[in-house]
Amino acid sequence: MQPIHKETVQKKIQTFLNKDVYVHLETTNGAYASHVNEKVMTVGAFIRNGKVTISNGKITGEGPYRVGLQIDLGWIYAEGLTDWEIDEEGRLLLAGHDFEGRLAVALQLSEHPFS
Amino acid sequence: MEERLLIVFPHPDDEAYGAAGMITQARQKGTPVTYACVTLGEMGRNMGRPLFANRETLPQIRKKELLDLANVLDIQDLRMLGLRDKTLEFLDIDVFADKIEEIINDVKPTHILTHYPGFAVHPDHNATGAATIQAVKRMPKEKRPVVWCHAFSKDRIEHIGEPDVIFDVTAMKDKKIEALRAHRSQTEGMMNAIDFDRLSDYPQMERLLTREEFWTYNWE
Repeated sequence: MQPIHKETVQKKIQTFLNKDVYVHLETTNGAYASHVNEKVMTVGAFIRNGKVTISNGKITGEGPYRVGLQIDLGWIYAEGLTDWEIDEEGRLLLAGHDFEGRLAVALQLSEHPFS
Repeated sequence: MEERLLIVFPHPDDEAYGAAGMITQARQKGTPVTYACVTLGEMGRNMGRPLFANRETLPQIRKKELLDLANVLDIQDLRMLGLRDKTLEFLDIDVFADKIEEIINDVKPTHILTHYPGFAVHPDHNATGAATIQAVKRMPKEKRPVVWCHAFSKDRIEHIGEPDVIFDVTAMKDKKIEALRAHRSQTEGMMNAIDFDRLSDYPQMERLLTREEFWTYNWE
């Protein structure tokens, strides 16, 4: 992955509009967060292969970035995105890595289900 | 009876942290070791330092690291169960236990090493320990292998007392370092931050590299 280039990511988001799209959305602070520090709560969530239709999508911020995707009945949102990649399968992978390079948030779009 | 060891952990690298020394000792004695690794740690958040993995490439990278690990520790029988990281506690425990039972029936271990259900911090660890115990409980008491459990929750001593199986693995230190390094995507950052010539400055790592401790599961 490489540091997000906002304009290029925006262009790629456009290619996922108004069709069936599979979403991977995730956030985590690590399964050991509260084991390592009792004052921290372990939190995390993921959706893998949510099937949605996006009518409008934007990347905003000056880095770390935010992405908001408008879907039929609501929204998909991610904050703290730092890196991006279009992988071999043409999927848009966005991730936010902390200062130690650990993944804290991920938002990925694909025209085919994720494995 | 000749010893045979079956290890059941959910994530590639659980074995390196928890048991690399005792596995090395077992292999040096010629004990056959089977490692059933339940997931590929697909949802790990360490992506290499510097970054070289992403959420979609991580499973194959960790699979390769697991094969490297098996090579480092001379584990001849490595089995990947193919379940998914973070989901184990939500499975039907009997379906999960079936998969482990199948391996037990095949390997006929004299000893099993897994996580102590309830005292192994990560929900996948606790679920793996529970499913393994479930599988062994199906056997008549006199035929059950000895089950050693790895526990590291902060409340473990309070609930399950002191560990009764302790391995001094000081002599296996280099192997254990090599095992940890095999899981490069997960450990490189941590390993590079440590000066192994001044190990006493890193008490947590020093303990990890010198002592492995387990609790024999009590069937009562």
